Amino acid sequence: MEACGSSSVSLREFGCEQSLLSRPDGSASFTQGDTSVLAAVYGPAEVKVSKEIYDRATLEVLIQPKVGLPGVRERSQEQCVRETCEASLLLTLHPRSSLTLILQVIHDAGSLLSCCLNAACMALMDAGLPMSCLFCGVTCAIDTDGQIITDPTAAQEKESRALMTFAVDSKDRKVLMSLTKGSFSVHESRAMSAICFRSTIRWFFFRFYLHITDISYF
Amino acid sequence: IKFQHSCFFLPKVGEVLLPGDEFCFQTDDTISLTDPGRPEKVVCGPGLRRSGDRLLVCKSGVLRHKQPNMFWMDSQQRRYVPAKGETVIGIVTVKSGDVFKVDFGGSEQASLSYLAFEGRPRGTVGDLVFSQFIIANKDMEPELVCMDSSGRANGMGVFGGGGLLFIVSLGLVRRLLAPHSEVLADLQQLFPCELVLGMNGRLWVRSSSIQQTLVIANLLQSCDTMTAQQRQQLFRRVAQGAL
Repeated sequence: MEACGSSSVSLREFGCEQSLLSRPDGSASFTQGDTSVLAAVYGPAEVKVSKEIYDRATLEVLIQPKVGLPGVRERSQEQCVRETCEASLLLTLHPRSSLTLILQVIHDAGSLLSCCLNAACMALMDAGLPMSCLFCGVTCAIDTDGQIITDPTAAQEKESRALMTFAVDSKDRKVLMSLTKGSFSVHESRAMSAICFRSTIRWFFFRFYLHITDISYF
Repeated sequence: IKFQHSCFFLPKVGEVLLPGDEFCFQTDDTISLTDPGRPEKVVCGPGLRRSGDRLLVCKSGVLRHKQPNMFWMDSQQRRYVPAKGETVIGIVTVKSGDVFKVDFGGSEQASLSYLAFEGRPRGTVGDLVFSQFIIANKDMEPELVCMDSSGRANGMGVFGGGGLLFIVSLGLVRRLLAPHSEVLADLQQLFPCELVLGMNGRLWVRSSSIQQTLVIANLLQSCDTMTAQQRQQLFRRVAQGAL
């Protein structure tokens, strides 16, 4: 991903495929450059009595890393994804049922959390779960020169002094979730969020994904 | 004085829409004294929610419209959510007390009372039941009955010897149940068979031989994602090579 000036934003090539798995109720794979994540959604399904909530659905998110067992880092990423999904899903329409979202990391080449968020949104759409808005994730990094880079690669992330991931909703363009790492000034954080909002406008031309499942009714 | 109203959503019927999209319905204040008063009532179907005078989309799909004022989202789904009045195929899992517990593929099992049959309830654990929902909302346990409002079975009840149960997407079942369905017309030209369609995505088929039953089941499962041309090509190939 190139370093950008104040007016231009460029993202790596991104792609998405829906309904590629036959067992889950919804599935999607999202690719940003070399980073690739596969998401699967099951639900609304039966829930254990210990986990059921009387007026809402119980959402569970599991992130499986490429190698090894999930650890503390995956748990914190799961919490970010879960809070974003809970803010945009209409959970009150399915009380006492469970929604399970499983994200499998196929390859991590930078901006993993934003790729997970995008794959999650695509899978939830594919499963036909009722949502109040769509959301997308964007990662921003500040390198040692003070330049702001969107959608950084793994090498750029390592050399950066600050990293921010935002989840933005499609209706009001407001921030649903933000995760930050490193040190940055207030001015830099405002600049990064402005750049992220501008880049999210491009993500929201998702209409062509629906033409993948364009089936002629009647 | 003319009665005018401007609808912002009519041009969008037939378009693909995403969750979060909104429509606005505005009427001018002038009302004609000679025209009959038309109440602006809009019926929201699946995938749409009402908030004030706006309609919010909550599922991605194609917007459909039926005269005079019904709107709904045509979307693809595999998971069934029970709705009152729909007929489904369920599997009996528990026979206890005076109630059957039936698994229809939803988030909880439905109950089917022994008294909800036309004659004697005949069924054991593992049988297939074709019934309709009489109670199906998000707050209560769903309930099924095997008779209509006048007490007749009307095709519902326990069934199943000699056939095959398989699962397809909900969209395919709706297309098969539509009036003048093209898929059903193509299927009728193949070989005679008995078909039970459950709106929960479960189909049951029985034909004169096991091979024909399997052929029909495989055809229906694979024509889910095909265009009309591809499907007709496939059916023609099977009809020519049919054993």
